[in-house]
Amino acid sequence: MGQCGPARGAGSTRSVVRALALGIAGALIFTGCTVERYWGGEKVADNGKAKIGLVTKTDTNPYFVLLRNAARQQARKHGVEFSALAGRFDGDNAGQVTAIENLVQQGATTILITPNSSTGVLAAIDQARAKGVMVLALDTATEPENAVDGTIATDNTEAGEKQGRYVRAALGNTEPQLLMIDGTPGSSVDTERHTGFLRGFGMKEGDRRILGADSANGDQNMAQEAAENLLQRARSVNSVYTMNEPTARGFNAALQGSGLDPIVGSIDGGCQGVSNVRSGQIDATVMQFPAKMAQLGVDAAVEHAKSGKKVSGFHNTGSIVITDKPMPGVPSKNTEWGEKNCWGDT
Amino acid sequence: MTNENGAIFTARGLVKHYGSVVAMNGADFDLYPGEVLAVVGDNGAGKSTLIKSLSGAVIPDSGAMYLEGERVRFHGPLDARRAGIETVYQDLALAPAQDIATNLFLGREQRRPGLLGGLFRTLDARKMRAEAQRVMDELGVGISSVQQRVETLSGGQRQGVAVARAAAFSTRLVIMDEPTAALGVAESAKVLELIGRIRERGLPVVLVSHNMPHVFEIADRVHVHRLGKRVAVASPREHTMNQVVGLLTGALVMSEDGEITEAQDAVTAGLAE
Amino acid sequence: MTTSVETAPSARKTNLGEFILRTPAVGPALALLVAIAVFAMTTDTFLELDNLSLVVAQSLVIGTIALGQTLIILTAGIDLSCASIAVLATLVMADLAVGGMPGWVALLLGIVVTSAIAALNGALITSIRLPPFIVTLGMFTIATAVARIYSDGQSIPTTDSVLRWLSTRRYLFGGIEVTYGMTLALIMVLGLAYALAKTAWGKHVYAVGNDPEAARLSGISVRRTLLSVYIVAGVIYGIAAWQALGRVPNADPNAFQIGNLDAITAVVLGGTSLFGGRGSVLGTMIGALIVATLRSGLTQAGIDDLYQDVATGTLVIVAVALDRLSRRKQS
Repeated sequence: MGQCGPARGAGSTRSVVRALALGIAGALIFTGCTVERYWGGEKVADNGKAKIGLVTKTDTNPYFVLLRNAARQQARKHGVEFSALAGRFDGDNAGQVTAIENLVQQGATTILITPNSSTGVLAAIDQARAKGVMVLALDTATEPENAVDGTIATDNTEAGEKQGRYVRAALGNTEPQLLMIDGTPGSSVDTERHTGFLRGFGMKEGDRRILGADSANGDQNMAQEAAENLLQRARSVNSVYTMNEPTARGFNAALQGSGLDPIVGSIDGGCQGVSNVRSGQIDATVMQFPAKMAQLGVDAAVEHAKSGKKVSGFHNTGSIVITDKPMPGVPSKNTEWGEKNCWGDT
Repeated sequence: MTNENGAIFTARGLVKHYGSVVAMNGADFDLYPGEVLAVVGDNGAGKSTLIKSLSGAVIPDSGAMYLEGERVRFHGPLDARRAGIETVYQDLALAPAQDIATNLFLGREQRRPGLLGGLFRTLDARKMRAEAQRVMDELGVGISSVQQRVETLSGGQRQGVAVARAAAFSTRLVIMDEPTAALGVAESAKVLELIGRIRERGLPVVLVSHNMPHVFEIADRVHVHRLGKRVAVASPREHTMNQVVGLLTGALVMSEDGEITEAQDAVTAGLAE
Repeated sequence: MTTSVETAPSARKTNLGEFILRTPAVGPALALLVAIAVFAMTTDTFLELDNLSLVVAQSLVIGTIALGQTLIILTAGIDLSCASIAVLATLVMADLAVGGMPGWVALLLGIVVTSAIAALNGALITSIRLPPFIVTLGMFTIATAVARIYSDGQSIPTTDSVLRWLSTRRYLFGGIEVTYGMTLALIMVLGLAYALAKTAWGKHVYAVGNDPEAARLSGISVRRTLLSVYIVAGVIYGIAAWQALGRVPNADPNAFQIGNLDAITAVVLGGTSLFGGRGSVLGTMIGALIVATLRSGLTQAGIDDLYQDVATGTLVIVAVALDRLSRRKQS
């Protein structure tokens, strides 16, 4: 450590030159030697300062943008190094693996990740942890959950349950006729919200009063298309589960001109979603708190660098129903509160 | 071995329609051993279709071609090449990003002998380069190295490469389509010299050209093409350029015995004064 | 008869520009060196042997796909379906292996799939004379959909030792950890470089890309050459699928969604002309390394990935501009 040491430096440095078969490299490495440098290995910060890397699923979703900005702000507050990376599209496992590898190489002490549940990503996380890096899952748990040191996320089952309870309460005594627009098939978030909703709604999977369900990958356009198709045969619908707010907006677009007005519930708490609730397109949405996740994650990273203490287990950052039509027995906040606490732009 | 009339390559009654357009209307053609035969004709006279038929690029609807006494049918340029007919196309058909030697042997690469060539299909680059150098020297095409890329050559040099390729592989005859059209005076002279040298080597050359002075400088006979067929065969020694121009515009006609007279129907033939 | 040799405009001594044009991998190699130099000086960690090994590993999948893409671009074509074909093959390989088939049989069948699809591309392009852009755009959509249908949208993990072989087997070379995957990629680059430079097939590939009509008139079967290029590219995509399973042992229908563009990026950064007829596979591998180097180096310099993309994109434009300018100077 600290110099181009004899153990790894000299002999193998020459091999680099040989391997690259390029003379110039010699000069470069010489220059490199004059700079103080680590030679890999232990990643715990020697000065007790955290070096944080955030790996989100994509850069495109406002939710992840908020997560990223909040984490950066918090890191700045603590005065620690922070860099953000992402996969380039939903499901970009290779991109996440590369990001983790490069962060470990960079000497990150903590990696915060919204993981794609893929064995490849899990293997990369495993390697990072083996090198002493604390890895925390943000927003999305890994499968299995103990693949990371700890998880800071919304309890999605609980959030789904809140949505379900609200929609059922809003129906009153009317016999439910439900449509469900799900997210990406197989993803844990999707499964948990779906299951939670049915529990809160008081229904079992396969109930005859579920008129139809379709997957829309959380995408507004796909949701609209799915909803249009479902509405063709489900004219009696009076209640709708949507996996997130873009999905709810897609559903709403499909409703236009159909003359139907079912209770639409959703999850997320994006500012656009809250304004959809205010305007009545969505009856209620369950807000989650990504900024809180980011802050908790960064705080944990700073603590870990100082004392070596690792976070473990699941930390629920909570969720709350946002609606202007509160229902008895379902705790909620109005859209005014929602607009103050929402994330993203309207 | 020649055809019955002493020609090495003969065509009789070639016809080609493109839809309702008649590109060849019973065209005849004769090339004699060791000569440079110029083919002249106005734009749209169908000489290009004739030349493409001879080089296999166009398949005539009817008519017959005889090469050294045998009836030949070409289904593509490769057939003509296999029969020993090499063509220098107007756009040269060279790969600009590749070097001269590669271009010379394009499509006819030579492999190394033995295992390398047989199993690994290794090309014999050295041999092809030497051979290319020899051909270029022999024909006097001035280049600094056969490893020069073609795109670095001047127009005349490119023409030289294309002509050298044809000369090197031709066993029967060489067809050249407008070889001087894109060249300046000095470069054209070089190409005409090249044509002369090919003739010296005993290969007959079919030269398609618009340029009368060039035709009269190098050709032994002039095939005049008009309205889809051969209307006359002139001789640079016996006829003047004006006469040939008259023949190809239809202002003059040549009788069976070679006598040239003014056309009766000059106006209807398109010669509007 | 002797004639005076006319002075060619470019008969002058070969200059640097000419050298770079002749050996198109030189420019990219210099760019890679500059990048390595910059990161060696600005970060503490980039030049570690582990990291160099990592950068190579990170560039293998796209690098391999890009080798096939290079062949096609050399013929003045383009393959937008390359990565989606490879993704489909990862699913087929992993699925068959999970189903109990021996790993090497699954591997071969996966390669058969990629070759067959690529051959279909080639057949459509050569027989109906459809533009490669359109055919492969269609195939991109189809292959992506078939991958999702085949896998039910689920990813398929694999632990098969043959399918994992390219990353699990490794050896030390001068202190650098070298996987079999890296070795295979090197062998492929050398083999393809040989085939392109030293065989008639290679000459024909370049000639077809340079000017298909000239190639046809020179007696080259343009169709057969093109078809062979697509099939060889297909085999390469199959091997890329194998590399992908080595790197991430989880065949995922959503993987490499923009791998086609990544591959084109590597090809262009490697100095191969999108207009066909010029370029090299060695350059392409270097191009893929440049992308991985930027990603790794910029991450270690603490720069966010969106800025990394800005850097990569800028480099692509610079590469093409240089290609254009150097050529304009020539002619």
